[in-house]
Amino acid sequence: MIKTDILIIGAGPTGLFAVFEAGLLKLKCHLIDALPQPGGQCSELYPKKPIYDIPGFPEILADDLTKNLMEQCKQFEPGFTLGERADTLEKQDDGTFIVTTNKGTKHHAPIVAIAGGLGSFEPRKPLIHNLTSFEDKGVEYIIKEPEFYRDKKVVIAGGGDSALDWSIYLSNIASEVTLIHRRNEFRGALDSVEKVQELKDAGKINLITPAEVVGLVGHHELKAVVVSQSAHIDKEYEVECDHFIPLFGLSPKLGPLGNWGLEIEKNAIKVNNALDYQTNIPGVFAIGDVNTYPGKLKLILCGFHEATLMCQAAYQIINPGKRYVLKYTTVSGIDGFDGSRKEAPKAVVKKIE
Amino acid sequence: MEQDVKVTIIDREGVSHTIEAPTDMAMNLMEIVRLYELAPEGTIGVCGGMAMCASCQCYVLSDTALPEIQDDEDAMLSEAFYVKNNSRLGCQIQMTPEMEGLKVELAPES
Repeated sequence: MIKTDILIIGAGPTGLFAVFEAGLLKLKCHLIDALPQPGGQCSELYPKKPIYDIPGFPEILADDLTKNLMEQCKQFEPGFTLGERADTLEKQDDGTFIVTTNKGTKHHAPIVAIAGGLGSFEPRKPLIHNLTSFEDKGVEYIIKEPEFYRDKKVVIAGGGDSALDWSIYLSNIASEVTLIHRRNEFRGALDSVEKVQELKDAGKINLITPAEVVGLVGHHELKAVVVSQSAHIDKEYEVECDHFIPLFGLSPKLGPLGNWGLEIEKNAIKVNNALDYQTNIPGVFAIGDVNTYPGKLKLILCGFHEATLMCQAAYQIINPGKRYVLKYTTVSGIDGFDGSRKEAPKAVVKKIE
Repeated sequence: MEQDVKVTIIDREGVSHTIEAPTDMAMNLMEIVRLYELAPEGTIGVCGGMAMCASCQCYVLSDTALPEIQDDEDAMLSEAFYVKNNSRLGCQIQMTPEMEGLKVELAPES
């Protein structure tokens, strides 16, 4: 059981900044995120795109914002459960919560802050009629352990970076890699496109374009995919394989959060914005893009504000009746949980003769 | 308002809505759909309008002269589902006076 003060669901910018604000109040945080890396949408959807409305940053790449937020909160030593989706919330008799992930990891905290953005990112599944009946029987949407594909015949479908990058990576592991895409053109980093071209020319990647996987063949286990190629005349044929990996990106879904007994409106969680961004369940807060209230704006900068107020309310719940005065970091410095201290340099007092 | 254009949007339930879209606010078709709440929040414009998620895919039903498809929209459509010959991404269609009479149908959620 992982124990913490504030359990944050979602490791996007809002969740990461909450770690910093909580740390100033000596509250420890742990974050759960379905993605394998922190940053949320900023790292998954548009890492290389600029953001122009972060106060104090005329322009910052989404990836750099994530890096900065990680750096800003690191002395407060946040814990991470990554690559797992928060599935259930159970209120205990003492008012604390246990949150369990889809992989069974349990987290115990007096405060839960949902900073889940648009939800957890789930793989987009192509429209193949018998796709789901082969899930985990040869069809995988996410590559967790590349070694799993050693000496196997693999078919990858998709035209973006992940399809290109995994085709390249697996070409050294799998016995056969076939990449199928609806177009001849691929969208990806230039060097990935060139590398695939090289591997294709060297016979290490079998490229089928423009084509689509339209069916799966097998009995219990996947044996082949049916490929429809539309070069000149439509033709359909089978490509033998042990694994089919459709990589068509991820799309966010509110998912299990919707069954936690929270008041939901327009696919977002209703909160009390006059006070502390608490939900209808006392002790559970919702901050950032995942919440809604009159006048809500889904902006990173609004998430930062909401995270800050949430932490103050969390402090009051964890330390009932304890008096607290807001401190400015410039005045009081920052004492990390790792023993580090940051502080403003002392003014020099010296006489000028 | 003289700078408004009339556009018709058929939502995912098949209901047709003819609405006034402002042309002076640098809005795109995806944003118009959200403005009028013709699709639930979180099911359209997921990437914010960067041609990176295809959640605003629509089928163009009128012969309105549309801006040409740029590379990023083209690439996204090549990976999207339910794509037809008249598919476009709503986020790449700016509301200009030329859009008067535009008629589209939202593609299914995926």
